Amino acid sequence: MLRFFGSRLLRAAVTIVMVVTFAFIVLRLSGDPAQIIMGADAPPEAVDAFRTAWGLDQPVWLQYFHYFGAIFQGDLGRSMRDGRDAIVLVMERIPATLALTIPALLIKLGLGIPAGITAALHRNSFIDRAVMLMAVAGFTVPSFVLGLLLVLVFAVQLGWLPSGGQESWRHAILPIITMGVGGAAVLARFTRSAMLEVLGQPYIRTASAKGVPWRAVVWGHALPNAAIPTVTIVGFMVGSLIAGAVVVESVFSWPGVGRLLVVAVANRDLAVVQCILLLVAATMVTANLVVDLLYGLLDPRLRNQPKRATGAA
Amino acid sequence: MSAALVTLKGLRVSFDGQAALRGIDLSVAPGESVGLVGESGCGKSVTWLAALGLLPGRAQISGSVKLDDVELLQARPHVLDRVRGGRIAMIFQDPASSLNPVHRIGKQITEALRLHRAMGGAAARAEAKRLLDQVGIPDAARRLDAWPHELSGGQNQRVMIAIALAGRPELLVADEPTTALDVTIQAQILRLLQDLRRDTGMALVLISHDLGVVADSCERVCVMYAGRIVEQAPSARLFSAPAHPYTRGLLGALPPLDGPRRRLAAIPGGVPEPWAMPPGCAFAPRCAMHVSACDAAAPEQVGVAPGHRAACIRATLPASHHQAAYA
Ligand SMILES: Nc1ncnc2c1ncn2[C@@H]1O[C@H](COP(=O)(O)OP(=O)(O)OP(=O)(O)O)[C@@H](O)[C@H]1O
Ligand SMILES: [Mg+2]
Repeated sequence: MLRFFGSRLLRAAVTIVMVVTFAFIVLRLSGDPAQIIMGADAPPEAVDAFRTAWGLDQPVWLQYFHYFGAIFQGDLGRSMRDGRDAIVLVMERIPATLALTIPALLIKLGLGIPAGITAALHRNSFIDRAVMLMAVAGFTVPSFVLGLLLVLVFAVQLGWLPSGGQESWRHAILPIITMGVGGAAVLARFTRSAMLEVLGQPYIRTASAKGVPWRAVVWGHALPNAAIPTVTIVGFMVGSLIAGAVVVESVFSWPGVGRLLVVAVANRDLAVVQCILLLVAATMVTANLVVDLLYGLLDPRLRNQPKRATGAA
Repeated sequence: MSAALVTLKGLRVSFDGQAALRGIDLSVAPGESVGLVGESGCGKSVTWLAALGLLPGRAQISGSVKLDDVELLQARPHVLDRVRGGRIAMIFQDPASSLNPVHRIGKQITEALRLHRAMGGAAARAEAKRLLDQVGIPDAARRLDAWPHELSGGQNQRVMIAIALAGRPELLVADEPTTALDVTIQAQILRLLQDLRRDTGMALVLISHDLGVVADSCERVCVMYAGRIVEQAPSARLFSAPAHPYTRGLLGALPPLDGPRRRLAAIPGGVPEPWAMPPGCAFAPRCAMHVSACDAAAPEQVGVAPGHRAACIRATLPASHHQAAYA
């Protein structure tokens, strides 16, 4: 168990380093931050001075070396725009993002899982078809299209809700729905197929054959098994609590981490972009570790090495 | 025969319009052991799954299944739940996947005890241990806390049998309980089923495609072909005087007891597909005794001797005649 987690932790660390390295290289190859931040018509001396000030005149490998050295001292760098610590800038935005992503996650779970279970239990019925139709729709329509549609209907046409901004909780409704619907659709499809798979297993027939009432077969025998694959996708959703709102925050001008990322990339504000990517990678990787742990709890076959009973039958 | 415990009459099942059972008449007396044999796909499993209402919803079922005088086919769910496991228990071919992987062995047994004998807590646990002892699982107390994946196939089948016994059923339907197991363990499980039947007095239906196995362990054998029972007789009688050409073919295909195992391929041709059933006897196209009258209508079972019936219009011909055809 400990060794299992040791190797998982190592893999997690390697993943994070790879993400950060990749981002570091791509950002430095794709445009000159000094030129972008100073503006196209800035005098060349000013641009050079900016480069020297931020160490951009050094070779990339040396910058990379400095960057990692600083990370291990807890320094994630400063924003080239306003000189503040990147981590502070990012942390300021996290509550706004979570204010969207956490309610959206609850919608995904609360809508997607029951819908998937119901569809599976009434396979090929009207309910099943209706759920699957909605799921396919919710899953094919990109979130920016859905967001714009919702704005068009509820903000522009009906005037019930604001189309963007962050002034009140009412501003959060459309972005939350936009995110929740897509995720619920994915989860409904996934839960349905996990349930169908389990319901076709011989042990479900065994449970019925020993007289377990159908409700108890579903709750006691099918759901605990169907939960095992479903945990993966839920873990993925939890992992994207921070990064999952980029598109929606942009559509609804919601000042969260996602918007900060878009602005920082456009400005080549290197430290901020890297800080966000590091954070995103860390959340993803943590969520994955938690999923692995949950697997162990849900599935006894993974908990310990099978110690096969010795002797004959 | 004494009053039947379970009676199937004209049981028909079809899936998506294709017949799997084409009228099964079969009864099982209390305490009796009946073997059900036939080639793969002839409907052995479907017969008992249908009787217990365990087929998927798209299966179309008609006919009658009576337990004492209670009709099971239209029974309400709570009635069926009392019968399943409580009066008729069923175990299956693949013990490893027939147990729920996320529940401990003990829990899967005590669940049946709670449902059928209103037992709980320590009493249920003690009884579960006793059942594991009874089915021959060593170190039963510790095995209660084991997971199915920690046991071998043979042990899992013993656990399945323990679960089946938990409700003190009057009939145990064992659907190819040894097919997935090693040969040595097969014999142990069959022996166990015999012993349990003797000790508990329950009836046993043993499904198999091995005529030898069934004849050894059952008093009476029913031979199925393409969704029907074509012959039923006491085991000894079936071997000494088979009346249906299909049974004769099966017996002719049995490997000699001491010789090497041969493939069961002595009968030429194959089972007709469900969508291409001949109008008369389903075996007619493969039958060496075939005459034109065989194609007129599916033959009814006729008495050949006391307790011996065969669905063949030529069943009453002298045996020597048939043997020549398969020599
Ligand atoms: N759930 C199902 N859906 C569709 N067809 C089915 C289903 N179950 C059984 N059948 C069909 O019914 C027929 C009888 O199947 P059954 O399982 O009873 O055969 P069997 O005699 O038990 O064979 P085996 O020895 O292989 O277990 C087969 O043609 C099979 O394809
Ligand atoms: Mg079968």
